[in-house]
Amino acid sequence: MPAQVTDIEQLKNHPAISKILAWSAEAIEQVKFDRDEMTIWVERSTIREVCALLRDNPECPFNFLCDVTCVDWLPQEPRFEVIYHLLSMARKERVRLKVRLNGDSPVLDSVVPVWPAANYFEREVYDLFGVRFSGHPYLRRLLMPEDWDGHPLRKDYPVEGYR
Amino acid sequence: MILNMGPQHPSTHGVLRVILEIDGENVVRIMPDIGYLHTGIEKTCEAKFYQQVVPLTDRIDYLCPLTNNLCYALAVEKLLGLEIPPRAQWLRVLLNELTRINSHLVWLGTHALDIGAMTVFLYCFREREDILRLFEMVSGQRMMTSYFRIGGLALAPPLGFFERVREFAKRFPARVDEYENLLTSNPIWGMRTKGVGTITAEDAIALGASGPTLRGSGVDFDLRRDMPYSAYENFKFKVPVGKNGDVYTRYLCRVQELRESNAIVQQCLDGMPEGPIKADAPKVVLPDREKMKTQMEALIYHFKIITEGFAVPAGEVYQAIESPRGEMGYYVVSDGTAKPYRVHMRAACLANLQALPKMCEGRLLADVVAAIGSIDIVLGEIDR
Repeated sequence: MPAQVTDIEQLKNHPAISKILAWSAEAIEQVKFDRDEMTIWVERSTIREVCALLRDNPECPFNFLCDVTCVDWLPQEPRFEVIYHLLSMARKERVRLKVRLNGDSPVLDSVVPVWPAANYFEREVYDLFGVRFSGHPYLRRLLMPEDWDGHPLRKDYPVEGYR
Repeated sequence: MILNMGPQHPSTHGVLRVILEIDGENVVRIMPDIGYLHTGIEKTCEAKFYQQVVPLTDRIDYLCPLTNNLCYALAVEKLLGLEIPPRAQWLRVLLNELTRINSHLVWLGTHALDIGAMTVFLYCFREREDILRLFEMVSGQRMMTSYFRIGGLALAPPLGFFERVREFAKRFPARVDEYENLLTSNPIWGMRTKGVGTITAEDAIALGASGPTLRGSGVDFDLRRDMPYSAYENFKFKVPVGKNGDVYTRYLCRVQELRESNAIVQQCLDGMPEGPIKADAPKVVLPDREKMKTQMEALIYHFKIITEGFAVPAGEVYQAIESPRGEMGYYVVSDGTAKPYRVHMRAACLANLQALPKMCEGRLLADVVAAIGSIDIVLGEIDR
């Protein structure tokens, strides 16, 4: 298995990375190219602009939002990692954006203005992890009942549940 | 008036609740309410070994269980760096395409039944019975087969399997002609489906729709052809793309996909390579029963894999394949132990369902039923 590459100098010619670096060098915290997949850690406050930049990039438009999900890395801090999977249909390229959030009151800008597809995905992340998305048109629970307490996919929520 | 199209309704294809705000016969607002089939599969996966997750994946999109198996197996094999032998890959394609035919037959039967054409339902389930018997022959199970395992297949197909598949593939195109005879030029079908539930290509891409829902609007993108996986690059097939983006176009796309999948099945049978059906990885793949009963190392590997699982190197993988409904993706995160740290399923239908309000608002109430059918939702995938 080829080793992973984490040096931004070697990867800066990738269409997504070069576009973000051209806009702002501080937006990228870390990169990784592992098992043929490019992962970019983006700084929290810049996520909506980075997404819009990638969507409107003429050389490699990432016009399709595949998925928004989250991983809970309890007990590490920052605890949550919100993950965006993007696809460029024209160039057949995928990229993964990640944003790290702290465990107490995790809030992030919603990307629904960029891709309406994020609507249900962000609701699901709110429902199961408790990450709030500011600017979401209808941030309510999606899968669990409306009066449910707690966020089931967090690592401190037991697999058997509470009932 | 606010009307509830309840979770229990014959036309919602599962437990989908749709809240409609109607003004006479016109739909003003429509809001799907989901979560009635949520069973916490993603959470359960974190408590099981990698090989124990395989039967859970069957039940997510229960109309195409082998497709789910394939996606998960490909994701974990990518994490492990396993090489799958060509015969296993071709058999995976063969069964995947039979599953696609299976799923589209259910779609066609129930979609036509909702709109009122009841004969089609019985015709489709007659073919589905043949395919379910083929699955039972190869894996012992009609639906939740769990046949694709991490590292290859569970068992070798029995004698006589390929002959039965060949017979099925020979008589299937005539059957598709029968369905088209009943529906395609039927004026009632045309009035109920042409111009109904239209969505433009830009809206479909922005809303994350994929599969026939997207291709019906004119976007030519199919993961099997454009980002091939598991030996799909060896097959020649056409990808049906529509123009109008209405229910009728999506119907034509899926019926054409039935024919194309049949062609792929025939190509598979003609060119099937010989060889093993499991990868050469004794720590991951269970050994043959004979070896397990006679050799000590095989017995120890068998015991260790079943009781302790196999450790997967840390990392993450997003593997997407073309399911009958669109892009199905599995995002597997490993922390180096034998249990996955996080498994997330990207459900094609969840994104396709977001297109429903765009399709139905401003139109008649009866069109909602046609639009829901044309998106081809499976609640198991949406709710997990």
